[in-house]
Amino acid sequence: MLTRENIALTLRLEDGALIAEMRGEIDHHTARLLREEIDRRIYLEMPRLLTLEMSGISFMDSSGIGLIVGRLERMRSLGGALEIRGLSPRLKALLDLSGVERLPSLTVNRSIAEDSAT
Amino acid sequence: MKRKYPPKNTLRCALSAISVNESVCRQIIGAFLAAENPTVEELADVKCAVSEAVTNAIVHGYKNEGNGEILLTAEIYPDRSVRITVRDKGCGIADVALARRPLYTTDTSGERSGMGFAVMESFTDRLTVSSRVGLGTRISMYKRLK
Repeated sequence: MLTRENIALTLRLEDGALIAEMRGEIDHHTARLLREEIDRRIYLEMPRLLTLEMSGISFMDSSGIGLIVGRLERMRSLGGALEIRGLSPRLKALLDLSGVERLPSLTVNRSIAEDSAT
Repeated sequence: MKRKYPPKNTLRCALSAISVNESVCRQIIGAFLAAENPTVEELADVKCAVSEAVTNAIVHGYKNEGNGEILLTAEIYPDRSVRITVRDKGCGIADVALARRPLYTTDTSGERSGMGFAVMESFTDRLTVSSRVGLGTRISMYKRLK
């Protein structure tokens, strides 16, 4: 759990998936705080899936892209995957600019269950 | 670019090159532009571009050392065009064209996306970057509000 002036993070474990719900702004400053806390929990819980719940994100710049890519690399090194939920159209467009969403083991705004059903 | 008319409003703000000021700069620019009634999207675009430039000064210009100053200046012209400049007296960029290439980053931690300039260019009408190694960097962004 992390709360600062413009970022809040809650972490919970659900069926082997670590869910990180973030509310507020992701910039270089807050990305550092988020990264440390999320990585600490990843190495503690060793989840098969990290879910970034981002519907509460009001601002994100390219530091947020870096945060996502860094966490994807962490999860892949553990043989796991990363899922992003609740990304607004604006932030989805930012992600598309980076080409990151085409990386393997990453799903964006789609549930993993939907993917395995098709 | 020579302007026919002087700016109707100007801003000049010096801040410590520490990461907590990335948000402060966004708020400063937001407040400065508020009187022009920008659209939600225009404001979000400008704040994001400014955030990228300020972050570059902190992370690259001053190598995250926290020593140094960022100078944020802005002008609004009668035709609703805006120029925002972020200056630092940090290490400077040896090859600006290389730095501006999307996904290029000098960072080795794996946490920087190399998207800063691409985002700035995407969200503004024009971007100019001048830099001298050992002296510093100046990023100027131009946007004409509708």
